Amino acid sequence: MYVAVKGGEKAIDNAHQWLDEKRRGDVSIKELTLEQIREQLPLAVNRVMAEGSLFDPDLAALAIKQSSGDLIEAIFLIRAYRTTLARFGMTQPIKTENMACIRRISATFKDAPGGQILGPTFDYTHRLLDFQLAADGERGNLEPADTPVAEQMPHITDYLKKEGIIQSEPVTGTQPKDLTREPLELPAARALRLQALTRGDEGFILGMAYSTQRGYGRNHPFVGELRVGQVEVEMDIPELGFAIEIGEIEVTECETVNQFTGSKTEPPQFTRGYGLTFGHNERKAISMALVDRALRWDELGEDNEGVPAQDQEFVLYHSDNIQATGFLEHIKLPHYVDFQSELELIRKLRTEALAKVDTLPEDAS
Amino acid sequence: MAHNSERKHWLSVLAKAPPIYFHELYDQLDQVWEYDVLRAAEIGAVMVRGAMGGSGDTFNLGEMTITRCSVKLREGSVGHGYVQGRDKLKAERVAVLDALLQTQSAPQLMAQVIGPLQDYMHKSRRDTAQKAAATKVEFFTLVRGED
Repeated sequence: MYVAVKGGEKAIDNAHQWLDEKRRGDVSIKELTLEQIREQLPLAVNRVMAEGSLFDPDLAALAIKQSSGDLIEAIFLIRAYRTTLARFGMTQPIKTENMACIRRISATFKDAPGGQILGPTFDYTHRLLDFQLAADGERGNLEPADTPVAEQMPHITDYLKKEGIIQSEPVTGTQPKDLTREPLELPAARALRLQALTRGDEGFILGMAYSTQRGYGRNHPFVGELRVGQVEVEMDIPELGFAIEIGEIEVTECETVNQFTGSKTEPPQFTRGYGLTFGHNERKAISMALVDRALRWDELGEDNEGVPAQDQEFVLYHSDNIQATGFLEHIKLPHYVDFQSELELIRKLRTEALAKVDTLPEDAS
Repeated sequence: MAHNSERKHWLSVLAKAPPIYFHELYDQLDQVWEYDVLRAAEIGAVMVRGAMGGSGDTFNLGEMTITRCSVKLREGSVGHGYVQGRDKLKAERVAVLDALLQTQSAPQLMAQVIGPLQDYMHKSRRDTAQKAAATKVEFFTLVRGED
């Protein structure tokens, strides 16, 4: 239990002032600008937007600067800020099939219609430190091809769908619950699970996904498709009476194709896992798809193997790094009253135990 | 009165337009219009939704910041500005343009603002698509040398 304490204002103010000073670092070195963070650390910005659950690169850059690069702290700042914003409405579902892809790969079909587009990727790099970057980061730009890639690329799973060998995604028109408006209740529908996963901690979701690959709820995933790019965001505007595109956001989408042998009611077919995140965030999107698929065991009539990745409660209650860090870090705050009572209890127990030892007959030892 | 599809078009272009270029074009109009602010520029958020598996039922992906503003020109027409991000001045200017685009100023503004913005965004999209095309690969599966 946490009991309020008083005092320490001056020390706290000073501690915060020192924090500011540490954040700034050596003043003989140029101060970092938000534009530099936004443009040159985009993947950090993306993570803060995805887990902060607010798409705004400038705000994410500010949060990263303010938190001295502690991304969970930055996510915390964004989560706190977003609670101050009025909600103007809900958008229509983004149409990822219309994405202007900068990257689009399939691990299942090498001749994917529309082509495999590597985009800006760390894949196939040798992971050797590039000391040239330390000296001078300026590099030439990529020479563009004459013919641009297609404006729209169909989803790879559409081809499996045409053949009828992949489970189709139900469209019932059910309005999804919103984690930011109502507390998580179990069992959670898939829509709510996906919201929790997309804003969940990347490390946690990655660990859960990895556990399924190592055998704790194996679901044999193939990355049917991974795509990254800009999508338009459309929303109905009440005062206009029609929808407009209110913006454009970068997202990463991953569709996995998983083995499924069929059940009493379903013929053998592939099933899917789905990952979708703000920004270019592919490790997270793939992890999300694997965990989404693992959590679908019940609706797909699979066995509950009792593994963590199949356990909604385990995954959903531990994936949020702001809840986790809040609860974890609060134990370093003053717990004097609590501890005082523990102290008294242990002293009393010790005294009693020692008194008993003293009175024991000699041959009982 | 402009057709809804035309209005949707210009509002969509304006909402997505990069603020720096937008303000540059607006300043070049070098004209002042009399209007009343019906709803002062306000920053808020909208919940962006995704579809499960890209095509199924919807789920909440996360929010994005957005700014809105409504104005009424002295001559009567009402304009609404919705823009991505937190630029209040842009939201107000978009509302003014939306109102003006419903008047006889439309052809001039389409040529001076909407057209150039659209060209700019098309070009930037095309540049990106050409770079993406430069990274297109053909994978070959190798046949194992078994006799």
